[in-house]
Amino acid sequence: MSGLLVSLILLLTASALPLAAWRRPALASRLGSWGGAAACGVGLASSIAAFAGSVTASRAWPWVTPVGGAFSLALDPLSAFFLIPMFLVCGLGAVYGRAYLAGDEGRLALGPSWCFYNLLTASMIVVLTASNALLFLVSWEVMTLASFFLVTYDHDRAESRLAGRLYLIAAHIGTAFLVVFVLLGRRYTGTLDMSQWPAAFAGIPAARLGLLFVCLVIGFGTKAGFMPLHVWLPEAHPAAPSHVSAVMSGVMIKTGIYGLLRFGTMLGTPALWWGGLLVAVGLASCVFGILFALAQQDIKRQLAYSSVENMGIVALALGVALVARALQLPTVALLALAAALLHVLNHAVFKSLLFFGAGAIYRATHTRNLDALGGLLKRMPRLGLGLIVGAAAISALPPFNGFVGEFLLYRAAVLGLNSDADAGMILLAAIGGLALTGGLAAACFTRLVGVALLGEPRTPEAAAAVEPAGAFRWPVTILAALCLALGVLGPFLVVRLAPLLSLLSGDPLAKVSGLLAPETGPLTAVTLMALLVLALVVIVAWARHGLLRGRDVREAGTWDCGYARPTARMQYTATSFAQPLVGLFVRLLRSRRRYAIAPGLFPASASLNAETRDVVRERVFTPVFQFVDRWLSFLKWLQSGRVQLYILYIVITLLGLLFWTLRGGA
Amino acid sequence: MNGRGLIHYALALLLAPLLLGVINRVKAAFAGRRGQPVLQPYYDLVKLLQKGAVYSRTTTWVFRAGPVVTLAALLAALALVPFAGQAGPLSFQGDVIVCVYLLGLARFFTVLAALDTGSAFEGMGASREVQFSALAEPALLVGLVVLGRQTSTASLGPMFAAVGPALWMTAGTTLALLAVAFFIVLLSENSRVPFDDPNTHLELTMIHEVMVLDHGGPDFGLILYGSALKLWIFSAFVAGLVVPYRCGNGWVDTAAAVGALLLTALVVGTVESCMARLRLLRVPHLLISATVAAVLAFLLMTR
Repeated sequence: MSGLLVSLILLLTASALPLAAWRRPALASRLGSWGGAAACGVGLASSIAAFAGSVTASRAWPWVTPVGGAFSLALDPLSAFFLIPMFLVCGLGAVYGRAYLAGDEGRLALGPSWCFYNLLTASMIVVLTASNALLFLVSWEVMTLASFFLVTYDHDRAESRLAGRLYLIAAHIGTAFLVVFVLLGRRYTGTLDMSQWPAAFAGIPAARLGLLFVCLVIGFGTKAGFMPLHVWLPEAHPAAPSHVSAVMSGVMIKTGIYGLLRFGTMLGTPALWWGGLLVAVGLASCVFGILFALAQQDIKRQLAYSSVENMGIVALALGVALVARALQLPTVALLALAAALLHVLNHAVFKSLLFFGAGAIYRATHTRNLDALGGLLKRMPRLGLGLIVGAAAISALPPFNGFVGEFLLYRAAVLGLNSDADAGMILLAAIGGLALTGGLAAACFTRLVGVALLGEPRTPEAAAAVEPAGAFRWPVTILAALCLALGVLGPFLVVRLAPLLSLLSGDPLAKVSGLLAPETGPLTAVTLMALLVLALVVIVAWARHGLLRGRDVREAGTWDCGYARPTARMQYTATSFAQPLVGLFVRLLRSRRRYAIAPGLFPASASLNAETRDVVRERVFTPVFQFVDRWLSFLKWLQSGRVQLYILYIVITLLGLLFWTLRGGA
Repeated sequence: MNGRGLIHYALALLLAPLLLGVINRVKAAFAGRRGQPVLQPYYDLVKLLQKGAVYSRTTTWVFRAGPVVTLAALLAALALVPFAGQAGPLSFQGDVIVCVYLLGLARFFTVLAALDTGSAFEGMGASREVQFSALAEPALLVGLVVLGRQTSTASLGPMFAAVGPALWMTAGTTLALLAVAFFIVLLSENSRVPFDDPNTHLELTMIHEVMVLDHGGPDFGLILYGSALKLWIFSAFVAGLVVPYRCGNGWVDTAAAVGALLLTALVVGTVESCMARLRLLRVPHLLISATVAAVLAFLLMTR
């Protein structure tokens, strides 16, 4: 706990100093980056120690608020588990960010960016350890605002401003549901102390608990990016600087999952429909997320949609766990929970890797358009290797880490299916949906690697790219090594999760360990299979090497079926690669294609433009908000833009509330 | 690890190319030709492994790693596949999932190696491969899981060990539907007619063969051997389901299972001789119907 506090204080200092050094961007950047990295290092060490030792600790300071808030922090295995990837990614992001932002020195203000970056990290520490509901909400809001300012970092561009506004609105709609949850929680329990909530919720009627659960799913689902609340993700992630995208996509959206777990487990035994709801949301997020990812040409937008998919997998796992709990299948519930937790960790590792890689590519080529890249592996071999590992990991292929989480989820679903449960169709849908998602993810990421890194460069910018500096490369290499390490050793991690699983399920540790014991066999086998594959790769590669030694090995042009002048423009592009799948699902994706048909017998030019916009945003949110906008324009006279007047509004509101309370009391 | 599993594994390594030879012989017979020797795939392999290689200047290490990783993944997957009602050399609860995802690993690197050449043809093949496999994967996995539900296990060995005349008597429709699903996936994943036509000249073949257009020499030998192993794996699934002959004597059972596999090759060859390739736009429909068959099998079981 003291390590965390040191880290928190360091972060607050590291967020104030760059602001003070506003006028000297290089110094501000150095202060922010080093301070952030050092704080994350301290925090990482202390949270790993806390998780390994299953430490529970708490610390409280008085905080005078009218409703019963307190500045109380508590550390338990759940907090520690989420803190570990948070510190890892934020720390690497701080190192990477300095190199990434160096390109903007003089054009944009670096001081505020570092201030908000470290503030975001600090707020996430509090979000993940707060044990008072008011403190949780306040830190949640700080987290949202800090990330909003990071998204709008490049505020000269309309794209960034639009993304920021969308994010701010979406985040606050989500927060509104959380406020409702906290208010209802306080009303039902009479306290804001979260440690007292589980016991106090025990006697509440099922219908009210259901209401609370729906509030949680909407509130936290907006942050996590569950379909159809994901609309801000594909805008905000591409607009933000890459280290911020990595932090937001890799760890910030996971606070939504943390919230679901933290508050969801307080609600006691779930009803069957809770799990059904999460399975449905999860399946929609998986399948639609990855389909939309396939249809994007912007690398970072594709990665953002893939985050929707991955959060969908986590939601699916949580849903299966809830279904299993409702049906009294404890082993299935534990395995599905473990799957959700491992996937949270794994996704933090490979998604931040991919965002770091995408940012390095952007800095080297000045484009995020996949169709303008190509041949980068030859030009940046080390970064490229890291990206290929990340792509294989996110496609859930053994021996990398993505597979371990999905294996556990399949294992849970199959076990539930075989236990003669009533929820067979739900679980079979989960299995089939996950298999489809896996295949589509492989398509999506072979496309990313194949088009950006392999083949010939499609533009002069891509051809001129060179290996980026060490600060770009090392975070990617470290994370790639982690992908492999977690893929091989991940199965052993499941046993280490037992204290956390016991905390979440409410079962004693001995029972949890007992239920997990039969699963160690299959999990060890997964590790063995990963090692077997690696060994076989080495053996086959060695055999091939032996066969080719001393033989005639030559180089030539790519065989293009007799065509004499192959050019880079003849390659398959990202758009053409995805076309069959996008075409198959065109009714769901609503992709648009615009042609300019080549005129005449000897046409000089022709063009084709394919675009897939977000269906949910276009069909649901835009019309709704236009409608709201029309009605709210009547209230425009209230908005004068003068701060004094707004303070007056606040005072009037407070007076009104005071009057209402006094009258109620009388 | 079990002894008979290892013997079966060695048998698979030895006999897998034979399946390709049988298919070619059947097709020749339908066309009224004598056809190439049944052992031709072996001659091809030996010839390829003795050659040098020519690499495109565009390619990187990914192109060279493609065949290696693909073969390694298939060798690992084969170790999980049951044969003659006997579990593979490696068997554990949940090996179903590992097996399917290892096939995915093999495909991932084949596709990357194809894209590494920068050729439009290979890009086209890669694009189609990922489309069809994304649809075939749910069919295969759901099918296997449903079979597991029928036999109350999540391991391939016990799953296929439980299939026998008795199960066919009680749950015949379920098993028949699953066999249909597996057979469709077999044809799709091994690029056979009606999904793909391995018989056309390489350049015109649309999916698998076109992806490996630039590979030559030992690399192509590894690919050819890998696709023989893949055909063996899928045929073992279909044959294990449809011809679950077991008399108790291990050697006779093994011989019967090899016979069943050759029979599957015969059927594949017959289908290939009697059917034309589907229009590419129709292929997804057939693959989705395989998933539907597997789900239907589940519904019949739980009625």
